[in-house]
Amino acid sequence: MSPDTFELFRYFIIFIILLFIAGVYCVLVSFNLVRALIGVEILIKAVTLLIILAGYICDRVALAQAIVLTLIVIEIVIMVVAGGVVLWAFKYNKTIDPRRLSNLRG
Amino acid sequence: MTIRLVHSVVGLALTSAILAAIMYRLNSPLAAVFELSVCSGLISVIFITTVSFTQRISKERFIVRRRERLLRFLYLPFIIIIVGLLLVRYLKIPQFSLPCLAQVTDVRLVLWNMRHLDLLGQAVIIIAGVFGVVVFFKESNK
Repeated sequence: MSPDTFELFRYFIIFIILLFIAGVYCVLVSFNLVRALIGVEILIKAVTLLIILAGYICDRVALAQAIVLTLIVIEIVIMVVAGGVVLWAFKYNKTIDPRRLSNLRG
Repeated sequence: MTIRLVHSVVGLALTSAILAAIMYRLNSPLAAVFELSVCSGLISVIFITTVSFTQRISKERFIVRRRERLLRFLYLPFIIIIVGLLLVRYLKIPQFSLPCLAQVTDVRLVLWNMRHLDLLGQAVIIIAGVFGVVVFFKESNK
C-alpha cells in the first residue's frame, strides 16, 4: 500500500467510525421506531462505505461493487419489512414509541 | 433528531447522495448509481410513506422527550467528538497486504461468475421480504 493510499484509508476509516457511532447514537437515543430505523440505515451506510473503500485500496473494485449490490438489496428488504412492522405496531397500539409497545411482554 | 421525521428522512437521503458521490470518486460507478437511485430514492419513499401513516407528536411532548433523551445520553456527543479527535491524533494502522484474488475488472463477470450464490441469496431474501409484507398487511377474514 502506497503512503498516499494509506493516508486516504486512514481518514476514511475515521469518517466511517464516526458515522458508525452516529448510527449507534441514533438507535440508542431515539424513542421512535422510524428514527431508530434511520439509525440502522446510517450503520449500513458506514458498512457500505467501508466495503467500497476496501475494494478501492486493494484494487478489487468490481468485487466490492458486487458485494455492495447484494448489501443494497438486503437493505431494501430489511427496510420494507421493518416499515411494515412499524405500521403494524401503529395500527394495533396507536403509537410507535417502543416503551409503550407492551403487547408481547411476558 | 429534528421534531419532524420528514426532516430526518431528507437528511438521510442527502447522506445517501453524498455517499454516492464518494463511491463515484472511489471508482465504483455502478454501486454509486444503485446507492443514489435505491437508497436515496426508494428508501426515502418508504420512510415518508411510513411517516405519513403514523401520528405526529406535539411540540410540547417532543420537548419533554428531548429533555429525557439528553439527560439519559448527555455524554454520547462528547464521546463521539473525543473519539474522533483521538482517532485523528493517535490511530495507527499497520501496513498490511491482502491475499491475491483473481482480479476481474468487470462487475458483471464478478456477479454472474464468481458471486452467483449471492444472486440466489438475493432472490431468497426478496421472496422472504414479500411474504413478510403480505403477512403483515393481510386482512383477517373473520
